[in-house]
Amino acid sequence: MDLGISALNYVNGIKNNEFTVEEFTLKSLERISQVDEKLHAFLRVNDLAIKNAREIDTKIKSNQNVGKCYGMPISIKDNICIEGSKTTCASKVLENFIAPYTSTVISKLNSEDAIIIGKTNLDEFAMGLSTEFSAYGPSRNPWNTDYVPGGSSGGSGVSVSANECIASLGSDTGGSIRNPASFCSVVGLKPTYGLVSRYGLVSYANSIEQIGPMAKTVKDSAFLLNIISGIDSNDNTTVDNKNQDYLTDIDAGINGKKIGIVTEMTNPDGLSTDVLDATNDAIKTFEKLGANCEQVSLEMVRYAVAAYYTITSTEAGSNLARYDNIRYGYEFDSSGFEFNSYISQARSKFGPEVIRRMILGGFVPSAGHAGKYFSKALKVKSKLIAEIKHVFEKFDYLISPTVPIQPFKFGEKINDPVSFMMVDFNTVTANLTGIPAISVPYKITNGLPIGIQIMANHEEEHSLLQAAYALEKTVDLPEVPV
Amino acid sequence: MTKIGLEIHCQLTKLESKLFCSCKADYRKFEPNTNICPICMGIPGSLPLLNKSAIEKATLIAMALDCSTPNRIAFFRKNYFYPDLPKNFQITQLNAYGNTSIGWEGKISVGNSKIKIRRIQLEEDPGRLIYEGATEKTKLTLVDYNRAGTPLVEIVTEPDFETPHQVREFLNILSDLLENLNVSDPGLEGAMRADANVSIEGGSKVEIKNIGSFHDLEKAVHFEITRQQSLAERKIEIIQETRHWDDGRKITVSARTKEEEAEYRYHLEADIPWVRIDDNTKNQLQVHMPESISSKKERYVSKYGITSQVADILSSDRYFSELFEKANNETNAKDIANMITTDIMGLLDTREKREMSKLEGDHISDLVGYIKSNKITRASAKLALDEVIKNGKQLSEIIEDLDLGHVSDESTLSDIITEVIDEEVKAVEDAKQNPEIVNFLVGKVMQKTHGKADPELTLVLLKKNLGIK
Repeated sequence: MDLGISALNYVNGIKNNEFTVEEFTLKSLERISQVDEKLHAFLRVNDLAIKNAREIDTKIKSNQNVGKCYGMPISIKDNICIEGSKTTCASKVLENFIAPYTSTVISKLNSEDAIIIGKTNLDEFAMGLSTEFSAYGPSRNPWNTDYVPGGSSGGSGVSVSANECIASLGSDTGGSIRNPASFCSVVGLKPTYGLVSRYGLVSYANSIEQIGPMAKTVKDSAFLLNIISGIDSNDNTTVDNKNQDYLTDIDAGINGKKIGIVTEMTNPDGLSTDVLDATNDAIKTFEKLGANCEQVSLEMVRYAVAAYYTITSTEAGSNLARYDNIRYGYEFDSSGFEFNSYISQARSKFGPEVIRRMILGGFVPSAGHAGKYFSKALKVKSKLIAEIKHVFEKFDYLISPTVPIQPFKFGEKINDPVSFMMVDFNTVTANLTGIPAISVPYKITNGLPIGIQIMANHEEEHSLLQAAYALEKTVDLPEVPV
Repeated sequence: MTKIGLEIHCQLTKLESKLFCSCKADYRKFEPNTNICPICMGIPGSLPLLNKSAIEKATLIAMALDCSTPNRIAFFRKNYFYPDLPKNFQITQLNAYGNTSIGWEGKISVGNSKIKIRRIQLEEDPGRLIYEGATEKTKLTLVDYNRAGTPLVEIVTEPDFETPHQVREFLNILSDLLENLNVSDPGLEGAMRADANVSIEGGSKVEIKNIGSFHDLEKAVHFEITRQQSLAERKIEIIQETRHWDDGRKITVSARTKEEEAEYRYHLEADIPWVRIDDNTKNQLQVHMPESISSKKERYVSKYGITSQVADILSSDRYFSELFEKANNETNAKDIANMITTDIMGLLDTREKREMSKLEGDHISDLVGYIKSNKITRASAKLALDEVIKNGKQLSEIIEDLDLGHVSDESTLSDIITEVIDEEVKAVEDAKQNPEIVNFLVGKVMQKTHGKADPELTLVLLKKNLGIK
């Protein structure tokens, strides 16, 4: 039994009686207990996984209807709620928070008989890109444990990459799925804003974030997107995708398609030459596949990171204001506090990055400063949307390296917030404009992964996945060394 | 010149559910913290789900107040910390990127003047803080979130009022209007609240908050004008500030100066997509808008010949005007209007009584018919009304049950009259000198018959018996 198989091969394996759900689940749990002490992908493992596995085996044996997932183990980023279990957002503030309801994506996975194998690590409240800001310690990159796995969905990326599970759900506010996908060499998809319900996703910057799949293959991403996407009465921002099947014609190829190479994203400050080489190589590959590649400039991309941090801090300041410890949270004796000092005390458990963004979020939209910061950021956002709209009149796809650099070592950037922010340079545009974007593993250089990002127009996931699949087919990467 | 402006908050109590979740809009019957859910409690990961009916109800108000209405509506977050605010921001509206609030630039007539409406917006009510314990040391602040998320309409006027009396008059008119639109029940405790701002010639604007009732509002405004005038007389500067109404001492006290005013960091609420309201929807709302109080009044006067005073009382009350519309069949409208305003309004003078009442329109038209055709006296009619309100039975049944039918049988009446003449020797003597006294004797007969005697026949028989012409 190969724990490294794709979701689609897992389903075939079950259907062909090569293994049972229980056998596979046990193996996965074994794998987790072997490697996770070192990798720390998981914050918690599901105690009921084996029980769930047996139930699904029983269903299979007695020829009952079984959901599409056939008991495959899937890990979930710990900012997505499951009724009755902890959702900590890797924060001490929510150390004891037990969700009273289940998010839409989890309900959908459950009804397709997936097994939620555990909750994965992240930067606190999804703010960060290395998991170094998790209140429970960082996750480690399975390709080289001295290096960060990326973030904020770092735990999810590691869990898939290290074969601790078949696939994972992460969330992406400015690259939080694609960045760890690139760093861990897995496929990470940030869907169109509104394609996947956010009901049950703990908000960080609710105007731009999305839940999305992290998987071993592009087809697996399409398979998961089929399950989790669609309109939801619990999220007013969702769009009706008419139950589109993203696996249909996924192998249609990209012959004759027009690809824009985003100039600003292929020469940002600090771009690594190895990443640039890999990107140029990918461009050649796309052309060999019959696509026409051409440079295209998106001027506003230069201001996107600044706009991104201004907008997300504003929304974070608002979304995280509810953590006042009045209705839920952690125990502390509140006697003797007046309200303001009580709030300060209640908020003292937030980590440094969350505090940084909340301070920023209190400043940039404030009455005296909004004109200089927040309003400008909104202007950049709307100009960027206009630019994107314009280029997609000509191009089918936009491409870039997912991240301008390869994984870095722990502690290397943590004391330099601005250079940290620049790591998001290529990913934030898709969030600010709401378009779908995917990171496809392309190369291992110096023992560390490099991913290529492909973006498409709103709700063009079907076409996006075709391009990603075409690229993926040309790639042959080594096994993860863990 | 004195300038007074108002900010009125009115709950849309006629809605089934809260503004962003399915909890009940009318929270009043619940034990504390039982009318709540993950959405109105702001539990992490929950998302607001807009109650579209609230938009319709609020738009009706904007239209009734002659406001411009938007083609698309947006919601904003107003960020501030308060224990009664589950998310520590309030979802409200702001006309920041063009006009996207429920309405703006409206007007309403109050007496001979026009009061301009600056803005109307839809927002969520916070929870309620309840202070318990007598002394500072044992004082507890309890939070009840049942109210959190209740749909609230904020109506902001221009500073067009000049006197406290005018303010009171406006609030009465507005309250009747909201009731008539069937969007709110302003009589419910806490359903309608108002803050005021007051400035006099040459002084800054002072806001007054924390006012419990309209009655107090009038007093608070009056106090504030007097306070500011006495400052001005002594050449003391009137500073811009917020003052609270101290209900116990009946004065306003300084709460905070403008410099310390909270920073709200307004920004768009992305969880609620912009709502389009097309012309068709607006037309539909306009077509189905309940008839206005003034048009109702005019109709009552011109069509039915009801006196202006009675029409005024009737039209401005939604419950009784509905009862009137159901009861009247054009021929008896005037009598029905009179019966409602003179008898029924007194019998159903509280909300509880109206809620319990089984009285229907048919009862009233039947009753008026019975009186007209002399089948029942007015006095008996009152007794019958009491019964109908209690049990809702058919009028004929009640008259039979209570034996309320007229005593118009001559021999029965004659016996009673004889009895009265025997008992009232002095009055009988006086009556022969002064015919007015006969009415006293008619009254005595009425007493003996519990109001059932036919008054005209009684009079005739009495006169005949006494030999008066």
